[in-house]
Amino acid sequence: MSFSPIDRAAAKTPNGVARRIRGLSDRTIAWIFVAPTIFLLLAVNIFPLIWTIRLSFTNFRVNRPNNDVEWVGLQNYQRILTDPDIWQTMQATAHFLIWTIILQVLIGFTLAFLINKKFKGNDMWTTIIVFPMMLSPAVVGNFWTFLYQPQIGLFNYVVAFFTGVDPASFSMIGDVNLAPWAIIIADTWMWTPFVMLICLAGLRSIPDSIYEAAECDRASKWRQFWTITIPMALPFLMLAILFRGIENFKMFDLVVQLTGGGPGNTTTLTSIDLKREAFEKWRTGYSSAYAVILFVTVFGLASIYVKALNKVKER
Amino acid sequence: MSFSVTEPAKSTKWIAGILVVGYAIITLIPLLWIIATGFKSPTDSIAYPPVVVFEPTLEGYVNLFTDRTRATEQMLEEAGPPETWYEEIVRARGTVISGPSRYGERFLNSVIIGFGSTALCMILGTMAAYAFSRFKVPLKDDLLFFILSTRMMPPIAVAIPIFLMFRNLGLNDTHLGMILLYTAVNLSLSVWLLKGFIDEIPIEYEEAALIDGYTRFQAFYKVVLPQAATGIASTAIFCLIFAWNEYAFAVLLTSGTAQTAPPFIPTIIGTSGKDWPAVAAGATIFLVPVMVFTILLRKHLLRGITFGAVRK
Repeated sequence: MSFSPIDRAAAKTPNGVARRIRGLSDRTIAWIFVAPTIFLLLAVNIFPLIWTIRLSFTNFRVNRPNNDVEWVGLQNYQRILTDPDIWQTMQATAHFLIWTIILQVLIGFTLAFLINKKFKGNDMWTTIIVFPMMLSPAVVGNFWTFLYQPQIGLFNYVVAFFTGVDPASFSMIGDVNLAPWAIIIADTWMWTPFVMLICLAGLRSIPDSIYEAAECDRASKWRQFWTITIPMALPFLMLAILFRGIENFKMFDLVVQLTGGGPGNTTTLTSIDLKREAFEKWRTGYSSAYAVILFVTVFGLASIYVKALNKVKER
Repeated sequence: MSFSVTEPAKSTKWIAGILVVGYAIITLIPLLWIIATGFKSPTDSIAYPPVVVFEPTLEGYVNLFTDRTRATEQMLEEAGPPETWYEEIVRARGTVISGPSRYGERFLNSVIIGFGSTALCMILGTMAAYAFSRFKVPLKDDLLFFILSTRMMPPIAVAIPIFLMFRNLGLNDTHLGMILLYTAVNLSLSVWLLKGFIDEIPIEYEEAALIDGYTRFQAFYKVVLPQAATGIASTAIFCLIFAWNEYAFAVLLTSGTAQTAPPFIPTIIGTSGKDWPAVAAGATIFLVPVMVFTILLRKHLLRGITFGAVRK
């Protein structure tokens, strides 16, 4: 299909003329098309956020609607930031975040590297590996508690089979030392394919010609890996880390079903703690301040990270 | 076959293949275990060592869909012989069916809310994406970033005011409330993905249509929509899967009428302790459709999970 210059000019008729010809101007149509989306997002996302910020300065409690609501200033924030329990929660979250990212990046990148060797049927196996990621974390997490059962659980059986320890002697979700690892293992099982897919896209984006040139210069495979593969896949890897970081900072469903935050507070991630404050203790004002702090943390960390990511991309 | 320095050696391919297949099999075991447990009898499901070969039974599925009460021998005699195959299974345990369980309703809720929110999300998302792709919208980049940033908030953080708001509007524990909520949650994904798909359609097609006397609306639904059909379909599946899997809002905002399956499945218990075959049966029915959808989506997976940030 080809157009004459006259046709092209006609398509770009000024708005005023176009309105007479076609009814509505592009600008009006644009607003009609965008407005419902913006309205819904404002109503369900931004309005609640502003409400949360407002509540965070009060002592409001949902379960006592008749109490006087007092303006308490920054008291909620002060109490949260000086509360040692919250810092323990933050530590548990950091432990979970760091280890899941390390494991998922290592395994995910290795898998992507291997799949990129283009063996027969690699597409099919990639799809199979992706399954866990697409499933409901709550439903799957609930079932992992069954796999982790002492004695009868499949996980304990496999560990016992390979190491010889008694399968009834340890409980992944009942032991203070093991529970943080129980959630890391389940999360890694579930989300490694995510990192793998992004890494695979990164590896596939590297043109063959660069390797061919390196081969001509007699660079060893090892050298090629570190000077071509890694730097060129790095922006993708960092993007994967960003997504996983944000997602796992918000982590709720999988862990709440697996351990419920226990034993003690060992796996009480921030979202779980927040849920307890807001929907079990009903300290609405306090938990609103908590939510604001979390949101600022994610947003702050993510923006710093995105800046770093852009620097890597520019290089 | 021509020689290429970048083509991996045959032996390399074999080793890579074996390692990947090995990982895939290990990663599949928990899923296969869920499916297998659904067909086990309660004794087999908690046997030690875990049994791989067992006599399949539909007891888990029967227990999933029914409520049962213990019956005395006298009651059983009065009731007469079992009339259906599922009654026979229940009677063998000395119980009688007292009624259907709530799983059916919960599953239906998941279907209604999942499909309802997906449909709404696609209508709004396609329109917004088209506008962002084709028109000069003031503050376009800011609006797009705003739409994306709504995804960064932990669901629990916004759940408090949404809970209050829904209570005032009478939307708590209603299908409509959940559909609106999930639509808002998924809109960011659908707008970003669809904008990517629409960006790829050459603008010349529409220009041609406009010259032929189509209005913008006609050009939109007669030219752009058919071209973007694959993109819209895969975006819809993504929205459906996210709404299907969502747990945090569902557990906080629904309890009775509009509760979906994810908060319900973990609460399934038997007459004595946790009925794992029934839980596994419920999970299987819930998870297998998603696996089928994943296979359909495989070409657009990467795009969907990265909000269109990475395209192949």
